[in-house]
Amino acid sequence: MNILTQPWPWYVSGPLIGLMVPILLIMGNKTFGISSSLRHICAACIPGKVEFFKYDWKAESWNLIFALGIVLGGLVAGYFFANPNPIQISEATVTDLSSMGIKNYSGFVPTDIFSFDSLLTVKGFLLMVVGGFFVGFGTRYAGGCTSGHAIMGLSNLQLPSLIATICFFVGGLAMTWFILPWILSL
Amino acid sequence: MSKIKFLLLGFIFGVILIKAEVISWFRIQEMFRFQAFQMYGIIGSAVMIGVISVFLIKKYKVKTIHGEEIKIAPKQFNKGNIIGGLIFGFGWAMTGACPGPLYALVGSGLLVIAVVLLSAIFGTWVYGCLRNKLPH
Repeated sequence: MNILTQPWPWYVSGPLIGLMVPILLIMGNKTFGISSSLRHICAACIPGKVEFFKYDWKAESWNLIFALGIVLGGLVAGYFFANPNPIQISEATVTDLSSMGIKNYSGFVPTDIFSFDSLLTVKGFLLMVVGGFFVGFGTRYAGGCTSGHAIMGLSNLQLPSLIATICFFVGGLAMTWFILPWILSL
Repeated sequence: MSKIKFLLLGFIFGVILIKAEVISWFRIQEMFRFQAFQMYGIIGSAVMIGVISVFLIKKYKVKTIHGEEIKIAPKQFNKGNIIGGLIFGFGWAMTGACPGPLYALVGSGLLVIAVVLLSAIFGTWVYGCLRNKLPH
């Protein structure tokens, strides 16, 4: 059972993620993409009078079912196949982040900041609530996320997806190098 | 019932995300700090397999299991790819997660990430409201 509890190397997990593209196409002409599920949730729960949310979301319900599957996969892998050891993060990253005050490296997220207790601190609110807002607003504005653009779009050699993917990285780099140090110092 | 296969595929994808450790906030930081190869290896090899698969599907006119022709809608360029892309990039580095990992993290028991996910849903909703006023 080691294979289930140990982390998988990139050359195993990367190709497996890539295989989602042909499998979804062959299973029913579905294009791989996760962020659309956020739109379907809006359309199903809070459409209001917004034109953008007035469409037959039930016709796209496979995407919501897929998202529910991810939650269940996370649950099983997180509880039953959990890696007993902390994630091996590069020393350089630990040094950099420690100098910015991050202490706990044992989980998937820095629990010093990502916790219910810190939700109402400036730092926690910015990273979780504002950060989450940017993810939802940005992916829809960009027309896709890492899966829809960076993986599906690039697999289909789409120039708009390449442009979007470059912008994902530019935004991430700007945040990491120029803004995140300031947020973490708050 | 025909949709149960998508639940299973999502499940498998969720397990892969956890085992690949791409759901780790620290891995995303390593990537943006150019301090580890892991994320680049994962995204690069995923895209490589995707490109080869789509090429083969088109070349051999592979059909779906229901016998339909496989069609992939082309992506249309608009300014949102740039502006929205940058905004998502900020959020990716802040939360250390894109939408797929958000779902997997909530499943793994990090319930506070549900707040991030709700905020992302709200962000999508606000985009829907402002859509006509934003440059595209």
